[in-house]
Amino acid sequence: MDAALFYIFAVITLAGAFATVTLRNPIHCAISLIGSLLGIAGLFLLQAAEFLFAVQILLYVGGVMVLFLFVIMLIHLEEAAKLRQYSRQWPVAVAALLAVFIEIATFLNAGFPGLPPSPAPRLIAPGNTERIADSLFYVYALPFEAASLLLLIAIVGAVWMAKKKEVAE
Amino acid sequence: MSFTPITTGHYLVLSAALLLIGTVGLLMRRNVIIMLMSIELILNAVNINLVAFSRHWQHVTGQVFAIFVITVAVAEAAVGLGILIALFRNRGTVLSDEIDLLKW
Repeated sequence: MDAALFYIFAVITLAGAFATVTLRNPIHCAISLIGSLLGIAGLFLLQAAEFLFAVQILLYVGGVMVLFLFVIMLIHLEEAAKLRQYSRQWPVAVAALLAVFIEIATFLNAGFPGLPPSPAPRLIAPGNTERIADSLFYVYALPFEAASLLLLIAIVGAVWMAKKKEVAE
Repeated sequence: MSFTPITTGHYLVLSAALLLIGTVGLLMRRNVIIMLMSIELILNAVNINLVAFSRHWQHVTGQVFAIFVITVAVAEAAVGLGILIALFRNRGTVLSDEIDLLKW
């Protein structure tokens, strides 16, 4: 059952990602990216990461992708969809891709030699969200505050860059 | 129909494939919006990797790190789209190879 679900979610994820990269219309690309992100959320659920599952759907599908769709509809892209879609640097892209592909293929052929077996599950495991909260607010409290500062800077920067500048008299 | 049990390796392969697709999109598309979406794909591939190892070691730190990755991805999307709107207002294009003011 787990295996079947893994393959279903993997196919959804990869098909959505492939459509995102290949389709012409940016709105179609965004909608396929939503499908891909939902597949990834399903994979998180399969791996017992319930909190990340909720975060993925709320933040990515509900927040980031809506932002993407807003921006796509704000700027007119009808003529851009009719133009050439791929840039001229595709030989570089193919070369980089081949290198990474060969690396991954050799790694897979070796069959994960350095990966030790996982430890036995804990006997009394508290809930996923509680464990993340403990780790986030005790061990990683300083990075958490740094992340909040980063978000504040990003908000101010995004608003400042997207607003209309008054023309100097 | 029988499947082999899903191991951490399966998730690593999936994450590598997603990373490759994202890299193709980032390097080959001309539309800046789709390049930003490809960056989201790459960051999500990293998240799959982190969660897979978090489960492999029965340790929650990987998931905490995935939360930080999501934070950075959200900040990057917000700033990137803000830049994109300013760019479209000033240059009237979203194609990456027509933005060549600094090229000679």
